[in-house]
Amino acid sequence: MAYFLQQLINGLTLGAIYGLIAIGYTMVYGIIGMINFAHGEIYMIGAFVGLIGLLALGAVGIASVPLMLVLVILGAMTIAGLYGWTIERLIYRPLRSAPRLAPLISALGLSIALQQYVQLTQGGRVKTLAPMMQGGFVLMRGGDGFAVSLNFLQIFVFLLTIVLMTGLTLLIQRTALGRAQRAVAADPTMAALCGVDVDRTISVTFVIGAALAAVAGVMVVLYYGVIDFRLGFLAGLKAFTAAVLGGVGSLPGAVLGGLVLGLVESFWSGYADAAYKDVAAYAILVLVLVVRPSGLLGRPEIEKV
Amino acid sequence: MPAFRIAAVLGLPLIGFKLVDQSGGEGLATRWPDLGAAIAIVFMGRFALSMIAEGATLSALAIGAGAVIAAILVPWPSVFLNVIALGGAALIVLRAAYGLAGPRPVAVIGAWVKPAGRLAPWALIVFALSLPLFGDRYVLDSATRITTYVMLGWGLNIVTGLAGLLDLGYAAFFAIGAYVTAILGAGFGLSFWECLPLAAAAAAASGVLLGFPVLGLRGDYFAIVTLGFGEIIRIVANNWRSLTNGSQGVGGVPHLNFFGLADFTANPANGHPSFSQMFGVPYRPIQRVVFLYYVILALALAVNLFTRRIRVLPIGLAWEALREDEIAAQALGVDRRRVKLAAFAIGAAWGGVAGAFFATQQGFVSPESFGFIESVMITAIVVLGGMGSQLGIVLAAILIIGLPEFFRFMQEYRQLVFGAAMVAIMRFRPRGLIATRRPSVTSR
Repeated sequence: MAYFLQQLINGLTLGAIYGLIAIGYTMVYGIIGMINFAHGEIYMIGAFVGLIGLLALGAVGIASVPLMLVLVILGAMTIAGLYGWTIERLIYRPLRSAPRLAPLISALGLSIALQQYVQLTQGGRVKTLAPMMQGGFVLMRGGDGFAVSLNFLQIFVFLLTIVLMTGLTLLIQRTALGRAQRAVAADPTMAALCGVDVDRTISVTFVIGAALAAVAGVMVVLYYGVIDFRLGFLAGLKAFTAAVLGGVGSLPGAVLGGLVLGLVESFWSGYADAAYKDVAAYAILVLVLVVRPSGLLGRPEIEKV
Repeated sequence: MPAFRIAAVLGLPLIGFKLVDQSGGEGLATRWPDLGAAIAIVFMGRFALSMIAEGATLSALAIGAGAVIAAILVPWPSVFLNVIALGGAALIVLRAAYGLAGPRPVAVIGAWVKPAGRLAPWALIVFALSLPLFGDRYVLDSATRITTYVMLGWGLNIVTGLAGLLDLGYAAFFAIGAYVTAILGAGFGLSFWECLPLAAAAAAASGVLLGFPVLGLRGDYFAIVTLGFGEIIRIVANNWRSLTNGSQGVGGVPHLNFFGLADFTANPANGHPSFSQMFGVPYRPIQRVVFLYYVILALALAVNLFTRRIRVLPIGLAWEALREDEIAAQALGVDRRRVKLAAFAIGAAWGGVAGAFFATQQGFVSPESFGFIESVMITAIVVLGGMGSQLGIVLAAILIIGLPEFFRFMQEYRQLVFGAAMVAIMRFRPRGLIATRRPSVTSR
């Protein structure tokens, strides 16, 4: 029981991180119908910016952990958001009317190029960060002395995810920007005729997705403390799985999908063979696509002629 | 916001700082000259593009040419920036030259290429056949590698070019063919020629098994799922130690022999005659290399011939019909799933054959030969070459596999250039280098 609870907590933390990345996939897919395969690399860049930011702040003498976290998260969101904006502007926008597989191939190439960019500028070595936030609660002790702990960092990840999700939901539902996004997702031509700036709306969508991925990146640096330039590929694939699982285009679905995937992975590692946890994730992806392509919370897509 | 300011913000953390290994954790070093140079590159690039837009093409050409010279002569803070500067300057020169000359030369080149396009395949085949006459061992090894990828490209072309299914996990079938050959060869002493049909059958069977549940999916979903398959095969190969020996791989795959009649060693131990004795020529180690090269060339040409034949058969026409308009094809009675499954299985079988060859040639098989990047390279060869164009695939394979092979100094930058080239080609030629998507049957 104690072990189960611990895996549950770990799985939810991992799931929250997947969920944050998955939002970027789901929003971009919802609005222009492309799989932004390079999104995982934005998350990786966010993690690197976070690590560099933490060290830089430490070097200029800021020692207060909360202040550091706020600054680093905001900084990583800004820079990753700008990466997202630039990528959309330079690479995806000219391809909007291209054959449908062209943006996907482009995104693949971009993903490789961004990985190499980080490897060549920062080196291929695994980077580590000593734990910054320590301590937590011991929730219970199992019979064999196994202690279930919920540490502060995990609480921080949960809280931040909830706050960001609430903010994003309000943004989409209550603001003019959110309305514009929904309008462009429904029908870009009609939205443009009604005075929505389609290009700007799509840009903002990329920026939001990238900024959330950067938050996930900073979380990973803090939580696991090890990153390298390969981080983005697998996480991107998992987050895509999460987005599909929840129903591509649905925001709550992305987070739900992330949580389910995190739990599956955590329990699989805990009770089955950790070496095959990625296989379990892919198996879920295939199963969902075959059995219920619209995902848990998505609406079925009608094939247009 | 001006481009150079964006570049400053983007480059600040990743170029301006470098994580360094220190005792007791990570340390930071600053690299302001690098950041300055990166900003300057972007500034000049944007400036030149603006000049082209304003009509000052000649000046832009001069800037680009100056930048190329600067990229070569000026000592840059890092090789990385040097590569970026060189690439950017070369693009500016091309863009400006295109702006100066207009589309006319492109049309002229196109008119010249068309008749050449009819001769090029024969010229290439003659060149490929005569290569062992003047190539040394290094050239032949490189040519073998390129031809392996040409074969993989042609095999995947059946799936992607003809049937229009974007498969991002083709390396999985390559891996299955290679592992079948390695395990049967090293464990049971089967020769390459005995393994060949088994590898093809195993790959085709796994193609059916993997393809059956997902072939109904939409194009991009299908692509991601096949990507997942590729990864699953690699992970399984990495972890199923009793069968695949995990990450250490399977070694001791028997060398290729001369159709089971003779061996390529000086004094074969197993009772076979040696190739040199059989033909009464002096023994030379390169004979094996030449034979390997001819085997892969023959296999690749077999795929090519097969594709040429099958695309005018009913099944090939059904593939093209599905590719062009799935709903219309279904309305005309094409069984979508069965037809696609056939393409997937046939493509997989050829991938397995290529894998069998790879295992024999290398004598050793390990999971790292079949990573995601391998799949992307094969897909890139097909897509960048122009889907469906056999000649385009050869050109793309030479570009992607061959060029880095001959420019060894590029080794570290190979994948960066590869990724950037994929983006650039999709940007300027979204249908690939040689985009002939001519249906096999046209109404006259």
